[in-house]
Amino acid sequence: MAFNGHQREDEGIDEDETPTKQPRSEKEMPGCFKTEPHNEASASAGRSTSERRTSNSTMRHRADSVKKTRPPFPWFGMDIGGTLVKLVYFEPKDITAEEEQEEVENLKSIRRYLTSNTAYGKTGIRDVHLELQDLTLCGRTGNLHFIRFPTHDLPAFLQMGRNKHFSSLHTTLCATGGGAYKFESDFRTMADLQLHKLDELDCLIRGVLYIDSVMSSGPSECYYFENPTDPDHCVQKPYTLENPYPLLLVNIGSGVSILAVYSESNYKRVTGTSLGGGTFLGLCCLLTGCSTFEEALEMASQGESTRVDKLVRDIYGGDYERFGLPGWAVASSFGNMMSKEKRESVSKEDLARATLVTITNNIGSITRMCALNENIERVVFVGNFLRVNTLSMKLLAYAMDYWSKGQLKALFLRHEGYFGAVGALLELLHPS
Amino acid sequence: FFFVGTFCISASIKTINRHTMDKSITLPPDEIFRNLENAKRFAIDIGGSLTKLAYYSTVQHKVAKVRSFDKATKEAASDKLYEISVQEEVTARLHFIKFENAYIETCLDFIKDHLVNTETKVIKATGGGAHKFKELIERKLGLKVDKEDEMTCLIKGCNFVLRNIPHEAFVYAKHADSEFRFQTTQPDIFPYLLVNIGSGVSIVKVESEDKFERIGGSSIGGGTFWGLGALLTKTKRFDELLQLASKGQHTSVDMLVKDIYGGSYGSLGLTGDLIASSFGKSATADKEFSKEDMAKSLLHMISNDIGQLACLYAKLHNLSRVYFGGFFIRGHPVTMHTITYSINFFTKGEVQALFLRHEGYLGAIGAFLKGAEEDNPNQYSWGENYAGSSGLMSVSPDMNPMQRARSGTFDMLEMDRLERQLVNLPLLQDPSSYIPDTMDLTEDALAREYWLYCFEEALDGVVKRAVASQPDMPEAAERAEKFRQKYRHKLQTLRHQPFAYGSLTVRSLLDTREHCLNEFNFPDPYSKIKQNENDIALKYYQKAVKSLEELSWEERQFALVRGVLAGNVFDWGAKAIWHLGLIYLFIFFSSERPWLVDSYDQWLERLRGPPHKCALFFVDNSGVDIILGVIPFVRELLSRGTEVVLASNSGPALNDVTNGELQILTERIAAMDPVIQAGLREDRLTLVQSGSSSPCLDLSRLDKVLAQVVRERQTDLVIIEGMGRAIHTNYYAMLSCESLKMAVIKNSWLADRLGGKLFSVVFKYEVPAGKPSQGSAAVTPS
Repeated sequence: MAFNGHQREDEGIDEDETPTKQPRSEKEMPGCFKTEPHNEASASAGRSTSERRTSNSTMRHRADSVKKTRPPFPWFGMDIGGTLVKLVYFEPKDITAEEEQEEVENLKSIRRYLTSNTAYGKTGIRDVHLELQDLTLCGRTGNLHFIRFPTHDLPAFLQMGRNKHFSSLHTTLCATGGGAYKFESDFRTMADLQLHKLDELDCLIRGVLYIDSVMSSGPSECYYFENPTDPDHCVQKPYTLENPYPLLLVNIGSGVSILAVYSESNYKRVTGTSLGGGTFLGLCCLLTGCSTFEEALEMASQGESTRVDKLVRDIYGGDYERFGLPGWAVASSFGNMMSKEKRESVSKEDLARATLVTITNNIGSITRMCALNENIERVVFVGNFLRVNTLSMKLLAYAMDYWSKGQLKALFLRHEGYFGAVGALLELLHPS
Repeated sequence: FFFVGTFCISASIKTINRHTMDKSITLPPDEIFRNLENAKRFAIDIGGSLTKLAYYSTVQHKVAKVRSFDKATKEAASDKLYEISVQEEVTARLHFIKFENAYIETCLDFIKDHLVNTETKVIKATGGGAHKFKELIERKLGLKVDKEDEMTCLIKGCNFVLRNIPHEAFVYAKHADSEFRFQTTQPDIFPYLLVNIGSGVSIVKVESEDKFERIGGSSIGGGTFWGLGALLTKTKRFDELLQLASKGQHTSVDMLVKDIYGGSYGSLGLTGDLIASSFGKSATADKEFSKEDMAKSLLHMISNDIGQLACLYAKLHNLSRVYFGGFFIRGHPVTMHTITYSINFFTKGEVQALFLRHEGYLGAIGAFLKGAEEDNPNQYSWGENYAGSSGLMSVSPDMNPMQRARSGTFDMLEMDRLERQLVNLPLLQDPSSYIPDTMDLTEDALAREYWLYCFEEALDGVVKRAVASQPDMPEAAERAEKFRQKYRHKLQTLRHQPFAYGSLTVRSLLDTREHCLNEFNFPDPYSKIKQNENDIALKYYQKAVKSLEELSWEERQFALVRGVLAGNVFDWGAKAIWHLGLIYLFIFFSSERPWLVDSYDQWLERLRGPPHKCALFFVDNSGVDIILGVIPFVRELLSRGTEVVLASNSGPALNDVTNGELQILTERIAAMDPVIQAGLREDRLTLVQSGSSSPCLDLSRLDKVLAQVVRERQTDLVIIEGMGRAIHTNYYAMLSCESLKMAVIKNSWLADRLGGKLFSVVFKYEVPAGKPSQGSAAVTPS
């Protein structure tokens, strides 16, 4: 991938001039990262402190004090995972003419580049549907953009940062995920950028709790599937995470982490599994020759896993009543593939579907055991494995409900994989 | 393959293509389907590739019986003390045979041809392949196939082996000196978790003999490894896939923590080498991966996943004993290693992955037991017959190719029904941590080397004695030769696979020899020697007692101890010289104190105190030992007011006195000695059998009656005598009452090991911690 794609509108801007130094804050004011609803209506329903920006002079004064403590633009939060880099970018929409004047060209060009494109290079993508508009952060109102690109294209990203003289902005780049550690020296040597490294689980939880608290006019952040055990009536429904604790948070990225969250600062990693999104894609690539997550999912949607898996009924002819196992339950994932004839009769789509079902069910099963061991009934699934992956979400919803006899509820969040990056951005605005 | 049988069927069978196998192949009947003519009750467990056949048979054994001469015939029977007769005895035996499915037809034909018993109507069947072969079995054997639930059979079998086979369960440690660390038999085997990894995974919680519950499972199991592995590597066989995996490097396929972090994820304590995402690196279209690496990654993925789930279930149900079985495990070092690793990782070492020596037989054993419920097999104790069982065989994963090594081999397990039900000695301080054997030769390579050599050296002598013990039987020499071959083969096997029958110990070497002798109808090669020894020693009894009575109390106590020690010197059929002079010669040696282990002073001090309520005395040899050493010692205890329980072997072993012989001897002594006579009459001297036929002593497997007597009589002193019982075994045994271990070390290597010389004396008197020594309340007897 390259971040110097044809869509770049500001290719000419490449001068070496040192930009005006932005005033830097000494200490952040506590709570300044909190949401500020953009209208009265939602403010009344909001849980977070509201602080509306007005032209009123006293308010202006307060805003000034906020301004002193807030970091200079640009505001980024970054999460460098094993497979994907997730980037959140806050685009201020309340820039005054005066500010516009002061704004250095570099900064302007970055803003324009990111906000006027939806794709960057060959692999960078802005998830426009996730954009949060008219969000107030640290006294500034603007839009929060969600961008992702594969981790293996990080060098191109760094090259772009170098070309755009990102380092001249003297911004702090808050980054989380393993890549923040692995690529720290690359950021320094290739782009002259100093990373502020953050723990990924801290960021994840902070991001989840923040986004969930943001009032938005758009679709509800949290949702669940009603009637998960009935495919005909299984529908997505909004859910209000009003009193979220305790919560089991399952982050499905390349691998999986399972956290028990008791409050924003009190959580523990219960366990994890290496059978995650990376395994799904990795196995699909080997089994079907596909190369992207989207391709793999597309194939899976057209396949039939029961041709690949050995079901309980394949062994017992029906239910295994002695142990309460229904005939449709998978007895052995890929179990039919022990037979040469069956190996020869399955399609790539079937294999992709079976891989998806295997990985998803396994995550469901480990999650359910953790929920029982930790005595937690609500489970929130996040992570980019669930992106455009309704199949897996419905499967998880089903598995949680069925095997727990309705005791466990599977919840999902719209911003699936971006919470770590959001948490990193929040850390920039409000160091904990 | 791991469970390679000892018996390869003849060379001809191996060369025949398995698919077009000629029915005319003859199996060596005396080695594989033994005792078929007496067989009744069949069970069969047909798995994906192996068939396990079980049957019950009765075995005709020659046993040596002793009997006092009738008064009438006594005159005629010269000067002999008692009569020895060899009788036929029928004992029950369970046979389990494991072979490849390819041999089913041949085996069924063979069974049909040799099956005499017409009572058998039904064959119990279990396993995934049972329905496939149902018709064949019914047609060939004319038996009705009766299907039993697989899981129920598995659990029944598991309970049976855990209860009856010492050293059944083991921990696998790939890089340790001995890969197998056997667990001591727990007095209570419940509750436990059984994780059966077949094509899928079943996790079963077992709470009692009849109560078990499938608490969970997973679809990611052996079938996933096999099926997915076959797709990824185009390798068809399960064994070959494991072979591939053992050669691969998973790090080229898996995304590790360090691939994401550049190093470890310190704050969570995740090291860089941990797998963050299985197959995470293969998410690309433009890279080739080796079959080996993919197989390895797959193996790790599946083993870790199963291990993790097992740990989650163990935690939820608060269980710490987790056994793994199923075809995925079945003796494959590769999978045992990865599962062990996973369990260690997820429980931080709190739970150990346990494996079973006879895991492959569980289904067949269980199915058999289901069919034999009317015989109440669970009310008996059973013992592994070392002579007829193949034992656990190891094959390093490099041995190539595995399937060829396995082909054409029959693995066997034989279990003998023991006459007596065996239980723990109630006086063990901690039955769950009691280990009978002093030295584990599986772990101690030098000691193993020595003892294997020792037993091999002694083999000629044993053969000679066996032949000599049956002078009237012309074919004895031939049988003895067969015995020699069998035992030598066992020794050779144990040299290479010391763990074949659990931990290798001097006791197991001795027991294996006894089993082999029995197998070839040498039930008691020492019977005549013992008879002779007893006869001679009895002649000196009155004289010995008289001389002891002439001593002062304190002199007598010392003389009694030396008498036991001296008597014990005459052993291993040292039949040559029989006169008291030698005993006194030893007494001369043994009078040089301090001995190697010497708590005689504490013992003497204790004797000045109040008498013990009841002493349990585990006796050793016939002849001088029992008659001139033990009985006078017992006599003194009786005189002090202590009740005595004499525990002797149920069956013969070397020149050890058996319960039958001891009955006669005490009668004879009672006739000469009013103290013994009174003891017997007043029931203060009791003879019980130990339940054992071993020159050693396992205090966790003793006759139930003995345990009962010990409890009823409130036994407060246990005396163990002789090298086999007090040195090779029980040297470190901790008892909840006072104990006295007496032995003379008659082996210079062992003496050297223990820091002494040949004929060093061990006199170990112990009072359990926390019990006030009663000697402090000293009352000096007159």
